[in-house]
Amino acid sequence: MAQAKEIHNGYYYSLTRNILLVIILVAITPMILVSSIILYEFDVSYHEKVRAHLEELVLKHKHNIDSFLKEKLGDIRLLAQSFTYEELSNEAFLRDRLELLQQNYGPVFVDLGVVNSRGLQVAYAGPFKLGQALYSNAEWFQRTMKSHYFKSDVFLGLRGLPHFIIAVRENYNGDSWILRATIDFVAFNDLVENIRIGETGFAFILNKKGEFQTKPMYDLIPNKVPYNDCFAECKDCKNGVCFMERKDEAGNPVVYVSAMLKHGEWLLIYQQKASDAYSDLRRTLRVTIAIILLAGIAIVITGFIVSRRMVGRVAEADREKELISEQVVETGKLASVGELAAGIAHEINNPVAIMVEEAGWIEDLLEEEEFKQGKNLDEFHRALGQIRNQGRRCKEITHKLLSFARKTDSTAHDVQLNDLVEELIALSEQRAKYSNVAISTDLQPDLPSIRVSQTELQQVLLNLINNALDAMEKEGGSLEISTRQEGDHIAVKMADTGPGIPGANLARIFDPFFTTKPVGKGTGLGLSICYGIIKKMGGDIEVRSTVGEGSTFLVKIPIKGGQEPTADA
Amino acid sequence: MMAEKERAEKETIRVLLVDDEIGFADILAKRLGKRGMTVTPVYTGAAAVKCIRKNDFDVAVLDLKMEDMDGIEVLKIFKKAYPEMAVIMLTGHGSEQAARDGLKEGAFDYLTKPCELEELVEKIREAARSAGGGSIGRN
Repeated sequence: MAQAKEIHNGYYYSLTRNILLVIILVAITPMILVSSIILYEFDVSYHEKVRAHLEELVLKHKHNIDSFLKEKLGDIRLLAQSFTYEELSNEAFLRDRLELLQQNYGPVFVDLGVVNSRGLQVAYAGPFKLGQALYSNAEWFQRTMKSHYFKSDVFLGLRGLPHFIIAVRENYNGDSWILRATIDFVAFNDLVENIRIGETGFAFILNKKGEFQTKPMYDLIPNKVPYNDCFAECKDCKNGVCFMERKDEAGNPVVYVSAMLKHGEWLLIYQQKASDAYSDLRRTLRVTIAIILLAGIAIVITGFIVSRRMVGRVAEADREKELISEQVVETGKLASVGELAAGIAHEINNPVAIMVEEAGWIEDLLEEEEFKQGKNLDEFHRALGQIRNQGRRCKEITHKLLSFARKTDSTAHDVQLNDLVEELIALSEQRAKYSNVAISTDLQPDLPSIRVSQTELQQVLLNLINNALDAMEKEGGSLEISTRQEGDHIAVKMADTGPGIPGANLARIFDPFFTTKPVGKGTGLGLSICYGIIKKMGGDIEVRSTVGEGSTFLVKIPIKGGQEPTADA
Repeated sequence: MMAEKERAEKETIRVLLVDDEIGFADILAKRLGKRGMTVTPVYTGAAAVKCIRKNDFDVAVLDLKMEDMDGIEVLKIFKKAYPEMAVIMLTGHGSEQAARDGLKEGAFDYLTKPCELEELVEKIREAARSAGGGSIGRN
């Protein structure tokens, strides 16, 4: 039994698990698939968007810087072409020009200088004392002498401060001279430093040697692989901007956007940690994953509850099924026992009849004169009487057994249950009085009539009344019989105040041949016959009992329908 | 003397007892014999049919359930061959329907087996009186 229960539990457990798995699989799989696809598409388009945005930004700044440099060069060139070498060699005049430039453009131009073809600075206007400085070995001087103009890289120079130079070469009386201007590093730096996005996005300018031309926000080590890559990549760029992603020393991906400046001599580089650049994407991803997780948990909880509930229903249905099949088995058992009993009853009838007749024959013979004087005549009569009585008892038993299988009158009539109950009480009144039992009734008036076999129903009710009286024979008590209409059936309740039925017997009282009466007093067939009859009517018979308080039998008979009684009698 | 003897003979009811339970048929025959009846027990339907052709009976006591022939069949043959003879049927408990069929076929009455002897004797006397047209009807 315990093992069977364990198997049952295992079965329900695996059923619960399977239902749960199916629910989770069916609900979560599409959700994850759809979310993944959407996320992937979002990821791709977001990357594109960020890339386009950064490229545009860098391109804009590249144009700004380019035009700044071009503008400054144009200013210096205009100055060189507008005035003669002599005019500009005059330091006072040069100072006026510088002041004019500074008035127009702010402190972009730090100083101006006029250098002759041998590299000697013949005039200087600016904050430093650089008059008569010799630049013949300076790179910018040599480069300017070769081409018409030059924009230098940022260098420290003689003054020890970062700056860069714009120089224009002009001819005067067959000799070259150079007008040189120093561009304020801070003003130039502002152009690049303005590019600040997020927490880690910033820009700077490198020259071909990998030296910083602007002051980067963070301490960076130039000449690193990514910057060389930027140079390499940018050469092949078509639109002038190139985009790449590399990992830094810590292994975090970093986004690089670069553009060539100064005809490929400088490189404007914008760099930002990928996590920062795509922070919106990351946030969306986190929110999405959180939602998926929450939904997943909700699905699992729902699945758990639903599967538990479903399996609970299944278990309940199974229990009902078991109960029904138990009842079917019980009914079947009764039927088969009934058939068997009928067969046995037939077989026993004849030998019993012979025995009784033989005993009768001896009695007949005892009437003859020769036996009249017999010493034990009375004893013979007593013994023969006993044989006859016991034979009669056998006959009663076989008759009851046969009733069990075949009803004397199973034709259905319209029966008024209340009338029937009253008739039966009248029949039992004498016996009840003798047993000191008070019978009371609580009959619902205007009960609809039921279509059943009156003799059969009579048999059932009489049997129950007799059982109740038997139970209360010693102590007395009361028997209450009530009738009620309950929905589509009529219920007859018989509640006695007898000693009650112990639990162990309660389960067996409808079994054939089960009796607690002393041997010879009961056949154990009464209640099983009742059970068979009521079941055949499509009704039900139940018993509730508490030891020491009494027993209640509840008979339910359907008002309409039920099995049409067969007329095979 | 002669008349008295005749009368006594006529009072004797001649009974044909048909039952395939030999022990039952024999003891019943003895007990009925002790009560002044002439009883011929036979143990099969076929034997009963033979007897009816040879002898003359007032009453037949017929068991409806026999192995060789159905009691109702025997009853039909009796009624056809010897309509005046009254037939009392013995049936098992619960086979009253067969007995009712028998009544339709002209049987006098039926008793449920096992029955009280006095009841049977009474039934046989009644049957003999009703079948009376023949030998004992007017006593």
